[in-house]
Amino acid sequence: MAQALATSDSYVTDFQALEGSLPDRGPEWLRDIRRQALTRFRELGFPTARRGNEKWKYTNVGPIADAAFSYPSDAGAELDLADIRRIVPWDDGWASIVFVNGRYSPALSSAAAPDAARVTSLAEAVRADGDIIESHLARHATFEDDGFTALNTAFLRDGAFVHVPEGVSFQSPLHLIFVTTDDTQPTVSYPRTLIVAGANSELTVIESYVSLTSARYFTDAVTEIVVGEGARVEHYKLLLESEEAFHVASSRVYQGPDSTFFSTLFARGAAIARNDIQVLLDAPGSSCFLNGLYVTTGSQHIDSYINIDHAKPHTTSRLYYRGILDGESRAVFGGTVFVRPGADKADAHQEDKNLILSENAQVASKPSLEIYADDVKCGHGATAGMIAEDAVFYMRSRGLDMETATAFLIRGFARGILDSIRVDRLRSFSERLTSRALRGSRFGLAS
Amino acid sequence: MTTTGRNHDKPLLEVRNLHVAAGGVEILKGLDLTVNLGEVHAIMGPNGSGKSTLTNALAGKPEYVVTEGDVTYEGRNLLAMAPDKRALEGIFLAFQYPVELPGVREREFVKTALDAIRAHRGLEKLSVREFNKLFQEKITEMEMDADLVKRSVNVGFSGGEKKRNEILQLAMLEPKLALLDETDSGLDIDALKIVAKGVNKLRSPSRAIVIVTHYQRILNYITPDYVHVLLGGRIVRSAGRELALELEAKGYEWIKEAVESGKEISV
Repeated sequence: MAQALATSDSYVTDFQALEGSLPDRGPEWLRDIRRQALTRFRELGFPTARRGNEKWKYTNVGPIADAAFSYPSDAGAELDLADIRRIVPWDDGWASIVFVNGRYSPALSSAAAPDAARVTSLAEAVRADGDIIESHLARHATFEDDGFTALNTAFLRDGAFVHVPEGVSFQSPLHLIFVTTDDTQPTVSYPRTLIVAGANSELTVIESYVSLTSARYFTDAVTEIVVGEGARVEHYKLLLESEEAFHVASSRVYQGPDSTFFSTLFARGAAIARNDIQVLLDAPGSSCFLNGLYVTTGSQHIDSYINIDHAKPHTTSRLYYRGILDGESRAVFGGTVFVRPGADKADAHQEDKNLILSENAQVASKPSLEIYADDVKCGHGATAGMIAEDAVFYMRSRGLDMETATAFLIRGFARGILDSIRVDRLRSFSERLTSRALRGSRFGLAS
Repeated sequence: MTTTGRNHDKPLLEVRNLHVAAGGVEILKGLDLTVNLGEVHAIMGPNGSGKSTLTNALAGKPEYVVTEGDVTYEGRNLLAMAPDKRALEGIFLAFQYPVELPGVREREFVKTALDAIRAHRGLEKLSVREFNKLFQEKITEMEMDADLVKRSVNVGFSGGEKKRNEILQLAMLEPKLALLDETDSGLDIDALKIVAKGVNKLRSPSRAIVIVTHYQRILNYITPDYVHVLLGGRIVRSAGRELALELEAKGYEWIKEAVESGKEISV
């Protein structure tokens, strides 16, 4: 397709400009990875919905492929921390690291890294923490079959690096903030995050994707998380891109023996969003708990594509996603729990529930199980329904008006997921956003 | 207050020739009933006679369609009021099957309802402290768990807990007209006594209670002023407490035959 080639050519031009402009192009291994990724991207291009591609069956990325996004040559306008504090959950006690249009902003990031834990820009880490970076970066998020990951990797220059050494328990959340600002033309950014939790360490990390613009832009994000033996990682993602934005994110989680990965996604923003999460339970005793709430309005499209790979015996996974859909929005839930041969005693459950507030909203929910071991406990389910009229009548019979009753029920439905957020400030922030998102709908929520 | 004076002149509730259909089938076929403040009425009838249809129609459940007749509440047309308006005006339905509200916490729910009802009556909201104290008192009276307030309404409640929760809400919201729809069904004797005690405590000259039931058992604990028999969508007999005992002894067949043969029954 001529157009797809022309589009990818513009990314290649950006790539060459970037390579030429970097004062320090990094170590040879990283330069190799970037070049290979670019080559792979040129071969793959962007996936299209119509190629019989099951992974992208319900999400058309044509609008992303067709648009011209350029990689800004600098971070753009200077920001105040106050601008950022307005749009994210904020606590002065949290260590934060801020990226503006994909570029690390030392000025906006908290000066002091917390004791023992390391939170820094990936560019800095490549210089200072060579070995640990080389053994993990781009090793878990492979780009062989994924054009978006390939493109992100080709532009791998900066990003966030979080490392908690063995035995260290770090309770206060670390906050990674990726903010997009106004620009004269549609821009693309390539957020990249590597989180390494050493053996028996504990860590809470929040990834926030936010914007200070209502313009169209494109975020192509990749996150790699390594949960070491006996480690416990609590991970949150806030997706609050602009209403016009495109957001495609791949998260790859690798779990060691007896490790626990706990994750909650709150997805609100973006015109088209895709969250592709893959967890590899690669050792006995590893378990993951994945929760997600997506709230879609207008003509939004949010796709959750989640794969859990029970590669070893005695592994556990729980996946609870919920969607609230209004307007003409679309939601997609897909993915597979995969139990490999020999992974006996795997225990998996996945569930996707949707609350549809408008006749014009639609959800395509297809959780699935692929089981190749004999002795397993697995279950899955998906539901989609409107507000229960019996419940509304019950509440009205107590004196609540229709709007209040409906708001209670919607919030109650959201709570099923939001209650899993253990960071109080983040939970109340997400609750408020849920109410606000639906305030304009015919079920206008009083907050 | 002048409204009180007016209420003394007129019945609290006046149902005239009420016809109600559900799912396209006429269930109530010309029901008459008059209820005054201070009275306790029991409406008894076999399954399918229209007992729940009556309470649901009075509470305004949308799928119960009034096809004929009038209902006057405090001298006003009740049928023109939305369900929440009826609640604000002082009507409370204790559900036969209380509805589960996942994620809606009991305390928040009852507080919101009470705030709305008090506002409608021109009363100040209770402070959180006042509310909690009152709520805790009522919870203790109903012998329910203290952690109830944090739980989702009716979710994970046993059948008996759900029924007690209805009476708890009734006690909190202090309606003028309480409609109890088969509150006794599915209750063991201990739970029944607790529920009855809760209801008896609410008997008041400024309140009327209508108990709909299949069995007279609950009437051993809540003594009605009037007993009505509902058959085939109409009230076919009305009398005092003794009618319930007669029904208990002879069953509904007895009264069905009597009605069909047109005989008057003296009780």
